[in-house]
Amino acid sequence: MDNKTVTIKINGVEYTVDGGSTILEACRKAGIEIPTLCYMEDVCDEGSCGICVVEVLKARTLQRACITQVFEGMDIKTNTPKVRLARKTIVELILANHPKDCLNCSASEICELRKISYDLGVTETPFEQTKELDLPLDLTSPAIVRDLNKCILCRRCVKVCEVVQSVNVIDIAGRGINSRVSCFMDKGIGESYCTNCGQCIKVCPVGALTEKSDIGRVWDYLSDPTKHVVVQTAPAVRVAIGEEFGMPVGSLVTGQMAAGLRRLGFNGVFDTDFSADLTIMEEGTEFLGRLTKVLGGEEASLPVITSCSPGWIKFIEHYYPKCLPNVSSCKSPQQMFGAVSKTYYAEKMGLDPRNIICISIMPCTAKKYECLRPELDDAFDHWKDKLMLKDEDHFQDVDAVLTTRELGRMMKEGGIDFVNLPDESFDSPLGESTGAAVIFGATGGVMEAALRTVYEVVTEKPLPKIELEAVRGMQGIKKADVPLVKPDGTEIVAKVAIASGLGNARVLLEEVNNGTSPYHFIEIMACPGGCLNGGGQPICDDPNVCEKRASAIYQQDEALTIRKSHDNPEIKKIYEDYFEKPNSHKAHELLHTHYIERDIYEQEKE
Amino acid sequence: MEEKKHLLEQLHEIQNNDDKHYLPKEKVVELAKKHGYDLAQVYGVETFYTMYSTKPRGKHIIRICENQSCHMANSKKLIRHMEAILNISVGETTEDGFFTLELSSCLGMCSVSPAMMIDEVPYGNLTEDRIDEILATYKEDK
Repeated sequence: MDNKTVTIKINGVEYTVDGGSTILEACRKAGIEIPTLCYMEDVCDEGSCGICVVEVLKARTLQRACITQVFEGMDIKTNTPKVRLARKTIVELILANHPKDCLNCSASEICELRKISYDLGVTETPFEQTKELDLPLDLTSPAIVRDLNKCILCRRCVKVCEVVQSVNVIDIAGRGINSRVSCFMDKGIGESYCTNCGQCIKVCPVGALTEKSDIGRVWDYLSDPTKHVVVQTAPAVRVAIGEEFGMPVGSLVTGQMAAGLRRLGFNGVFDTDFSADLTIMEEGTEFLGRLTKVLGGEEASLPVITSCSPGWIKFIEHYYPKCLPNVSSCKSPQQMFGAVSKTYYAEKMGLDPRNIICISIMPCTAKKYECLRPELDDAFDHWKDKLMLKDEDHFQDVDAVLTTRELGRMMKEGGIDFVNLPDESFDSPLGESTGAAVIFGATGGVMEAALRTVYEVVTEKPLPKIELEAVRGMQGIKKADVPLVKPDGTEIVAKVAIASGLGNARVLLEEVNNGTSPYHFIEIMACPGGCLNGGGQPICDDPNVCEKRASAIYQQDEALTIRKSHDNPEIKKIYEDYFEKPNSHKAHELLHTHYIERDIYEQEKE
Repeated sequence: MEEKKHLLEQLHEIQNNDDKHYLPKEKVVELAKKHGYDLAQVYGVETFYTMYSTKPRGKHIIRICENQSCHMANSKKLIRHMEAILNISVGETTEDGFFTLELSSCLGMCSVSPAMMIDEVPYGNLTEDRIDEILATYKEDK
């Protein structure tokens, strides 16, 4: 960056701006809107769409504002007949090879191309179509559907996958008219090393990338009178679902969400926060166990790394399989809930587990993949002998996953007036939760929740200040030292780190991989900002969306009377009645799992 | 990361040493693994440059230039002629595995357009008759 300032003219008015800025940055700072389709701040500056062109005095051609640096004396015009015509023509050229099925396109409400066409006054498509728009949908992934006919080659998905997530599973293949966003060897996205994080869906300006919808299947379950359909909702859903109904970003709508789910016909409206508390009990115990071993000179894998985020799990399985022993063996809260709903809950309610259908509402697309992992289906094995089940009776712990966006659509389809719903609460026994669980939805939340419990277990004293500010905030990587003084006066300093976004995770993982990681406990979430910015969340152009949703989450935490997982009465009860104690044999059977080495290069050779 | 600069050469080496003149997937994966390349990016390179092929090819590779100068000199007609006499479409290999027909971006022979290359040998000022004669010389080696 050139730190010198320069004086430029935009539309005849002088501005002093940072000499390292682009025309686009300078104009936006000055409050002058320039339309873009491919640009994303800090992520995508490929200059591929061309919509942002402006006139620069003495320049031979129109300049792309997103990739042209300002210089002293630059004279820019953003609103001339030439500029307007060029922008309009560019949109017309894109539209020539874009399907015109806007009425039934899943992105119709959020499509940036449609909006730009309207804003620029495009009223016809004068150019001839030069590309066959007959490519089949890529339906290979359980999480992401790709419709390359709709793709406008803006490269945002490629860049987010590369720059933010460092997964690099897609790139532009071919040239000219044959250019396409492609995986290695034009494989389907589900056959490649995609982590299913869904960040590409969130940045796609058109409907080329969407989640694989499970709405139809869930309606079918709900209308089957033989099924007892329970639903669990992840912490990040309650701070975002309101946006789907035009409510302000960061609206906390827990009560309305529970009411809406009940009106959709679910037989039990429960909370993933319950199993998030369960996760803390299991993971906290596992962490303390390993830490005590290492401090006592025994062998154990440190740091312990959290396992809640299925995009992250697939990432480490592909990229750092050697570090898998460091990952907590705890299932994610979604899968713990699934297992508990078809064992503990089934027994308590006297229900046949085969008739229980467990649906989860997640801010996440990777959860759709996670629920299909066969190694996570433990309820079936639990019942197999008792009910003499045959292999063809096999059922999953979690039957279907809907994203926050899908739940919004379902409620609209069901005619539910979400905004005016009364506040209702979750059902018992899997609906009680704590502030520790709700903060799982923000980056640093699992760490804070775990430390609230670990602190009290080690020190046998109540935590002086419940809020651990050091692990909060939207920075990609956070670090903290947490002193824990045992009753006998000896002190342990727990060194913790938190990363959100897989690119940041990679930084911490490199240290674990080469044996230099100084940490005892690491929290990783695949999406930047954590679940509140997950790939299944409402698509929103507010630049402060993460902060606003996080503040709603912390607001809910503060409003709850019980804020530590080990104080949750339903959690105490499930251990008394069912699991005995954290990490017990039964807990290991139902709440823990193992991971699979998936070396990318070996996989792609096949 | 020094070696990353040489991706094009490394791909050529793989292709030149392959009997079927293409980039076998296993070889490309091995190369990527050795140097830590991202597979989707390598595939982007493989498919961007017309000299590379991701599919097995025949003994001789015919590349007809499709860029502006040749296009203006009616290379389209020659492509159709070639397809007819070889009884294949662009991108395919003859049944006997002798010829593969491809299109190429500019071969730098605009002054003698329309042009083509067969393996490493350039041919310019092409007409339908001249193409028949040239192909006949290859058929003699068969």
